[in-house]
Amino acid sequence: MIADVLRVQGLVVHYHTPLGAVRAADNITFGLRVEERLGLVGESGSGKSTLALAILRMIKPPGRIEGGEIWLDGLNLMTLSEEEMRQVRLARIAMIPQGSMNSLNPVMRIRAQIADALRDHGVRLPKREVDERIRDLLHSVGLRPDVASMFPHELSGGMKQRACIAIAISLRPRVIIADEPTSALDVVVQKQVMETLARVQKELEASVILVGHDMGLVAQFVDRVGIMYAGKLVEVSPVRDVFTQPLHPYTRLLIASLPSLQHKGSFQGIPGLPPLLRDLPSGCAFHPRCPHAVDRCRTEVPRFKEAGTASWAACHLL
Amino acid sequence: MTPLLEARNLTKIFGGGVFERKQTVALEDFSISIDGDRPSVTAVVGESGSGKTTLARLLLGLVTPTRGQVLYNGRDLRTMGAPDWKVFRHDVQVIFQDPYEVYNPFYRVDHVLTTPVAKFKLAATKAAARTVIEDALRAVGLRPEETLGRFPHQLSGGQRQRVMVARALLLKPRVILADEPVSMVDASMRATILASLRAMTVERGISIIYITHDLATAYQIGQNIVVLYRGSVAEAGDVECVVKHPQHPYTQLLISSIPVASAERTWTTEMVADPAIRVTGQDGCTFADRCPSATSPCLQTPPPLFRTAPHRAVACYLYQSAPALRREEMVAVFAAPVPPKAEPSGPPGSGEAQHAGV
Amino acid sequence: MERAPASTRIMPAVSRPGRLAAAMRYGRRNLSLVVGIVLLLALVLFVGIGHVLVDVSKARPLSAPALQPPSLEYPFGTDRQGRDLLATMVAGTPLTLRIGFIAGFLGVGIGSILAFVAAYYRGTLDALIRGIADIGLTVPGLLVLIIIAVSIKEGLTVDQMAVIVASLAWLNPTRTIRAQVLTLRERSYVEVARLSGMSGPEIIVKELMPNLLPYLGATLVNAVSNAILASIGLEVLGLGPIESPTLGMTLYWVNYNAALINGWWWWWTAPIVIILVVFLGLFFLTVGLDEIANPRLRRAV
Repeated sequence: MIADVLRVQGLVVHYHTPLGAVRAADNITFGLRVEERLGLVGESGSGKSTLALAILRMIKPPGRIEGGEIWLDGLNLMTLSEEEMRQVRLARIAMIPQGSMNSLNPVMRIRAQIADALRDHGVRLPKREVDERIRDLLHSVGLRPDVASMFPHELSGGMKQRACIAIAISLRPRVIIADEPTSALDVVVQKQVMETLARVQKELEASVILVGHDMGLVAQFVDRVGIMYAGKLVEVSPVRDVFTQPLHPYTRLLIASLPSLQHKGSFQGIPGLPPLLRDLPSGCAFHPRCPHAVDRCRTEVPRFKEAGTASWAACHLL
Repeated sequence: MTPLLEARNLTKIFGGGVFERKQTVALEDFSISIDGDRPSVTAVVGESGSGKTTLARLLLGLVTPTRGQVLYNGRDLRTMGAPDWKVFRHDVQVIFQDPYEVYNPFYRVDHVLTTPVAKFKLAATKAAARTVIEDALRAVGLRPEETLGRFPHQLSGGQRQRVMVARALLLKPRVILADEPVSMVDASMRATILASLRAMTVERGISIIYITHDLATAYQIGQNIVVLYRGSVAEAGDVECVVKHPQHPYTQLLISSIPVASAERTWTTEMVADPAIRVTGQDGCTFADRCPSATSPCLQTPPPLFRTAPHRAVACYLYQSAPALRREEMVAVFAAPVPPKAEPSGPPGSGEAQHAGV
Repeated sequence: MERAPASTRIMPAVSRPGRLAAAMRYGRRNLSLVVGIVLLLALVLFVGIGHVLVDVSKARPLSAPALQPPSLEYPFGTDRQGRDLLATMVAGTPLTLRIGFIAGFLGVGIGSILAFVAAYYRGTLDALIRGIADIGLTVPGLLVLIIIAVSIKEGLTVDQMAVIVASLAWLNPTRTIRAQVLTLRERSYVEVARLSGMSGPEIIVKELMPNLLPYLGATLVNAVSNAILASIGLEVLGLGPIESPTLGMTLYWVNYNAALINGWWWWWTAPIVIILVVFLGLFFLTVGLDEIANPRLRRAV
């Protein structure tokens, strides 16, 4: 049995608004294996970014983790104090947040920003060694050594994003969570950045969770895919299976709606709208838009269970 | 063909004033024309810095060109009088990229629909105006009772964008300029909006200029395509040819970089150098610094368009054996505008676009 | 064309009931606004009830025995010229406020028009307006007002004071409102309005101004409070409407008669307390309005 480096069990995250509690992430359970790439796909409001933040225990009020466990290499993150968690972040799980290339400090050189991260985690090395580490880090993300003395505005979008990857891997984490790392980048640069990420992952023997909404990116990069809808995981399958035999109707409709480069066809969108998280339909959240919905779907919430050799899905029809 | 909307040798250079020495060439010597007799869908594809947004603003008359002209019904926009402008603003509509910014947060969404109705006198009475608006909303698949009366923040991004499409329809325009209409919309809603756009050409005879960075949607909706790179045309022609058998090294790079949503892995590993921003005075082909096939003529003079097939032109010296075309003649390679029939849902691949061979 | 099926997501249209409850909830969060409104309301009540209960004609000199400390008959006491100070306050406060409001409104009114025109049309017009405002702002305002006031030979009326103060009150609003309009002008919805056939003035009034109303409100309150300060400043120097019992003029007489040294504490306490209430009220109102106008200051829901 291949061990999981990260295991999320029954994670629940609520946002407390004046109009009531909103279930942003509802009973999420999945595992991430060593050196595996997992894609977490969903549209806006599906809860994928919330889940990414929750794994790092970075949910701020009015949001709160209401339940569940997060196991990293056998360590239950929910039992750690805030100070202990701070040490775990970056050193053992790193995140490349959405829009991170725009969050680089504009008045600090790249070298200083990486050194900051190292120092913050108790790395006390003489300057020469820190500089060497920084040089190695930049090299591993395909940036020239002189980038270290540049400011963020001197770099292109792709270079900034690779600098963010360098910061994220500076302490050799076990898990890297990348939240829409290429959303503002051109297609050609996107491929470069993803290749960089793949390369550093291999070097570190780390695992990657890629959060996003681009099914194409996911298809070309990850090993397994988790599909989120209305705060719940509705399907987890190996990437090949997701595209050849999608289990959940939402997955099927989503893939059918993607425009292809192979043949011209008709446009098939999913009718209706994704539900508001604070006003979810009864039973299965997808039933109002599902072409195969039956009565049971309206009344009973489907359980997330095994539906194949390596697949799980939450649907009454399976 | 009688050109309806035409661009002739459009060039736009930013900067270069007294205080800003550095000039950026946003668009260079671009020509295109939209047929007034038969509706067509032209896709303009480019990444950031390609000049596609500048092109949209030039064609809408929001920005004046540094060189060249934009003509509507044969008249240069700069010399048009107020009544001609009114016709232009009526006939040429736009759908912007950002469904959030286009709404004034102070007003309900009705405001973007009632304003053009009033300004262009599309209805005589309030009741008639209401009918016109409701019809337009239904035409894009929205329910008036769920849409009207709401504030923008109460609708989703996709709904807001569909209201914008409805707004474009209200005026029964002849040309719609869609600038990245679905890039900020959720995946499941994109297909619906694109279907509305396609229906506009097929059912209402409206020509569309579809500007995007997403080659897949451009391929699905366009008949003809223009690939822009840093302000110049790299390749143009029938969309099936260009996408299935790209000839320009940039188009090839672009297509090979697109992550395909399918079970097979198509991404090959090949790192290419980062591009710099182009400034005036840079000679030669715009792609030369990244091109694996660059030779010395590429670095000296920009290549003209070479017509490598009846429905395709490539701006690359690799094809210099083919007859050369002037930039203004680029539109000659566009396939005759016969829109593909919208088929009922079935297995993909049953589309039958009529187009000449490669 | 496909039809939209029953939407799972019908948002209720904006409804009316619950406004009072929402207002009260907001009041608890935006305490400044509430305090400001309460203080100013208290002032209005003071003036209103005062006019009913007090004989305002006693605000004229020689209406009462001079230099009486506060008593039951004269709750605020009397001054050296025999004015009933309570009557003086009741009569004078609205006059001071009137100067402030007229000057403030005029200032912001003129300033807004100039600001919108400059920011929307840009170009030479913008450069001109901006240039004049910038030069005007560098000149010491009080000095200019003094020179103007001194040059008017006949006695000043309250309204003339207002106009004098207004003559400089438009400078700062022009600059600050212009800055706000410059940012709004780049919004896509302005472009959409232009493409829908709206003209420049229409866009200014219909698209830009509504979004600036909270900011204009805050600027107005600020301008009023500055105008009151300027007018009191001029009056204390003796350059105000001598005949009127405005707050500033009362302070002038306090000064002229050395009331501080002579120990006639009731004479200067009354106007100072009222001036304090006016300024505190306007200040808290500004802070409260600022929170509405500037969403970034809003504390999280």
